[in-house]
Amino acid sequence: MPSEIETIRAALPQAQRPDRTRRVDVGGIELSVVEWGDKKNQPLLLAHGGFDFAGTFDILAPLLAKAGFRAVAWDQRGHGDSDLAALYTWEADIRDAAMVLASLDSTDPVPVLGHSKGGGMMDQLAEVAPHRISAVINLDGIPNERGFGQKIDRTDVTALDAELAAWLDHRRRAGNSNRRADTLQGLAERRRVMNPRLSVEWLQYLVTVGAQEDTDGWRWKIDPTLRFGPSGAWSPQWAIPRLRGLHVPFLGVVGTVEEEMGWATSPDEALPILPDGAEFHALAETGHFVHIERPEDVAEIVIDFLERAP
Amino acid sequence: MTTTFLTHVRSQLALHKLRAGRGRPLLILHGLGEHSPSLAPPITKGWPGPVLALDFTGHGDSSLPAGGGYTCEALMSDADAVIAEVGPVTVLGYGLGAYVGLLLYGSRPREIRGLVIADGPGFDGGGGRPTSPKLLHVPSNEAANGTPDPWALAELASDTRPPDYAAEHVRQVATLANMDEAIAVVSIGRPEWLEAAMKSTVVFESDIAAALSLFGAA
Repeated sequence: MPSEIETIRAALPQAQRPDRTRRVDVGGIELSVVEWGDKKNQPLLLAHGGFDFAGTFDILAPLLAKAGFRAVAWDQRGHGDSDLAALYTWEADIRDAAMVLASLDSTDPVPVLGHSKGGGMMDQLAEVAPHRISAVINLDGIPNERGFGQKIDRTDVTALDAELAAWLDHRRRAGNSNRRADTLQGLAERRRVMNPRLSVEWLQYLVTVGAQEDTDGWRWKIDPTLRFGPSGAWSPQWAIPRLRGLHVPFLGVVGTVEEEMGWATSPDEALPILPDGAEFHALAETGHFVHIERPEDVAEIVIDFLERAP
Repeated sequence: MTTTFLTHVRSQLALHKLRAGRGRPLLILHGLGEHSPSLAPPITKGWPGPVLALDFTGHGDSSLPAGGGYTCEALMSDADAVIAEVGPVTVLGYGLGAYVGLLLYGSRPREIRGLVIADGPGFDGGGGRPTSPKLLHVPSNEAANGTPDPWALAELASDTRPPDYAAEHVRQVATLANMDEAIAVVSIGRPEWLEAAMKSTVVFESDIAAALSLFGAA
């Protein structure tokens, strides 16, 4: 008799767990790295979004592998099956990405793809390692001057006071906190609040990969000490002008339906800030998770772009 | 000196009591790569309450995290763990500790009664505006040699400290701390973030003894 996990995964046959898994040490923290496709194929690095994990590529990556790529993703520190860290920062995430890139042992530059936060990370990776990156593909991670969807109004003293205090209060509790346990279906329903456009089958599949079953129920593997905001001094204005300065072929793909976890950057906002010669697609009737809602279309766009990239 | 270890997030933070006393504690925050003094500095002689000093994560007797990832906000949270332990404090910050103290004051304006900003290592960080991003590197053998953590030295010497971000925290102090004179600047150095902070009427120039006398009476 199939297990609950097997039953859920069988309901989504187009999703495929990786062909290989390995660990990469990034200064005392081990990252979980996963791969689809033949090891001898052209590598393509995949970076997941914030509060996600490499398993969110379980539909897109097999399509890329089938097209002849060695698709390589990793769980960022504190996410998925990677080690939890004492400290987290954007710069450390970029450094970790560079270590995963180095672990590919590729003598040639490698194309990179990132979703949401991962898209922004890949933009910056191409800046700090310009001769190791051959192309950047950004899936709904293009910033805008309005800021991220959940941004508070920092000119509002009361709102900022509450947000800063809430972040510190969270840190006071974080050492002893744990993610809330639930049934597998319950976790999927909770995620559905954040991602209402994703199917129940996919959300339950995600739980089988990104959560673990403890004695008292299922809980997400992500480090409970992590919390959205405040982002410190960083502002989107730091990244927007730099985007135009990238010197590698660039593909941007955005959804056009606004969702809580995304930037909701419109084509009118995106087009003026992209590098010269960039290719851009705005997918109609599609939300933040473009690669999950429309994996075949996104794979086709990506493969076509990479075939034409120098 | 007696030392207490605070468990905070995933760090063990060394909180040193340099001198006993009655009333509100004075909390000393050290500079980048530094650690707490082993004795209460002579300049604190007139402070009526206890004199405490915290070793930030990766510094002094506090724990050494793997893989870096330092931010001033994380260190602010370290200092907030002291407030959680002992209640409201007055802060005397040196260099990096002064900037962290300012962020904490803006975030806990009702739980700090006065901040003294003094010179020290790590005062400027990486300047007031972002520059070309770079990949920092620390040889693995250096990272295992104990505090100060070379990742802290690398990351907190290159982080961006925008003037408007500092001014935003001072605005929180000016609005919510209920102190007409809240932040005393005794430093010679004037990084951009401090120049911006000094435009507020709650920030004033002073010397340490006078500032501590004022804050001790507050």
